[in-house]
Amino acid sequence: MIKKFRLVSTLAIITSVTLAGCTGKPIAKEAPGAMAPQVDPAIVAEGKAIAMGRTKGNCLACHMIEDGESPGNIGPPLLAMKARYPDKAKLRAQIWDPTAVNPESAMVPFGRMQVLTEDEIDKIVEYIWTL
Amino acid sequence: MKTILITLAILAVSAVTAQAGPEEDRMAFIKHYKARFPSVPREEYVNGAYAIDPIGRENWEAIEEFPPYEPFIDAGQAMWEKPFANGKGYKDCFPDGPAIAHQYPHWDKGKGMVMTLPLALNECLQANGEKPLKYKKGPINNILSYIAFQSRGKVVNVVVPDDDPRAMAAFEKGKKFYFTRRGQLNFSCATCHVQNTGLKVRTEILSPSVGHVTHWPVYRSKWGTVGTLHRRFSGCNNNIRAKALQAQGEEYRNLEYFLSYLSNGLELNGPGARK
Repeated sequence: MIKKFRLVSTLAIITSVTLAGCTGKPIAKEAPGAMAPQVDPAIVAEGKAIAMGRTKGNCLACHMIEDGESPGNIGPPLLAMKARYPDKAKLRAQIWDPTAVNPESAMVPFGRMQVLTEDEIDKIVEYIWTL
Repeated sequence: MKTILITLAILAVSAVTAQAGPEEDRMAFIKHYKARFPSVPREEYVNGAYAIDPIGRENWEAIEEFPPYEPFIDAGQAMWEKPFANGKGYKDCFPDGPAIAHQYPHWDKGKGMVMTLPLALNECLQANGEKPLKYKKGPINNILSYIAFQSRGKVVNVVVPDDDPRAMAAFEKGKKFYFTRRGQLNFSCATCHVQNTGLKVRTEILSPSVGHVTHWPVYRSKWGTVGTLHRRFSGCNNNIRAKALQAQGEEYRNLEYFLSYLSNGLELNGPGARK
C-alpha cells in the first residue's frame, strides 16, 4: 500500500515539475532573431544616428557601413551582423568593451570608457544588428 | 671557481640585455614598417603619409611648388639676423648656426634632461635678457622654419650616451609613453602608428613613426599656419580625449627623444607642409 503510494506520489511530482516547465512556447530551438520581438524602427534610426555621429559612435572612422561616406578600414566592414553575432548580447559586449576579448584591440571601449551611455549603446546595438 | 664562472655568465647575459635597447627598438620598428610597406625606400619615410599615399602625395607635390611655409622661413631669417637689445644675437649662442637642427634633441648631462631646439633657443633669449617665445604658436615657428630649412639634408643622429643612465631612463620613458594607452578613446601612439599604419581613419592614412620628426615645424592646412612638433603632440592627445601635456615639458621631450632616435639615419627635410 505504502509502496504504491510512493510510486504514485513520485510520478505526480515528476509530472507536475514537467508540466510546470511547459509554458506553451514551442519546444524546438528558436532560430536566432527569427522569433525576436520586432524592434521599433525609430529605435533603429536613433541607433544609426548615434553610430554615424562624429562625436558619438563615429563608427565610420574605422568601419565601412552601408551608405556611410568615406569609411575607414581599420576594422571589418559591418555587414552580415546576425551571422557574425547570433547572440546580440555578445555584440553589445564587443561594443561595450572590445578589449575584453582582444586586449590589443584598436576599437574604443564605448561602454567601459563611458564614451556612450548605456541607452545609446542599446540603440546602436539594435541598429548594427540590422546590418 | 664555479661561483666565479656563474657570476661571469650572469654578468655577460645582463650586459648584453642592458645594451639591447634603442638600436634594437629602431631596427624592430624598421622591420615592421618594411613588412607593411615593402616598396617604400627607407629615405622616403621622411615624407610621412605621402610616402605611402599616392593620391595624397600628388596633392602635396602640387602644394610644394608654392610652399606655404616660405614666408615663415623669411620671417625666421629676419629674427636670426636681428641683434638683441644687448647687441648680441642667436649667432653668439649658436656659432655653428643656423644649420643646427640635427644637433637636437640630445641628452644634456649637465642639466640631466633632454635638450630640444626650442628649449635651447629660449635659453639663448633669456640669457640675453630677451622675452622667451611660446612653444606651440607664434614666432618660434618662424625661427624654427628658418633653422629647419637651413638644416635640410643633415642626418638625424640621436645618441643615448652610456655614461649617464639617466639618458637611457629618459629614452625608456619616451618609449613607454609611446606604447601606453591613454585618453577616453584608449589609444596609444602605437595603436595608430604601428599597429594600424597604412590603414585609414575615415580618409586619413596613418603614417609610420620612422620619419615622424624629420620635417618639423610643419605648415598644417588645418592650422592655417606653421606649428611645432609639441603642438602636434598636444593635438593628438586632445583628439583621443586625453589630457594634453605641456609643450616642452618632460613627457613630450622624452617622447621626442625616443621618436627622434627612431629616425636616426634619415635626412632632415623641414619645414614641411601637411593637410
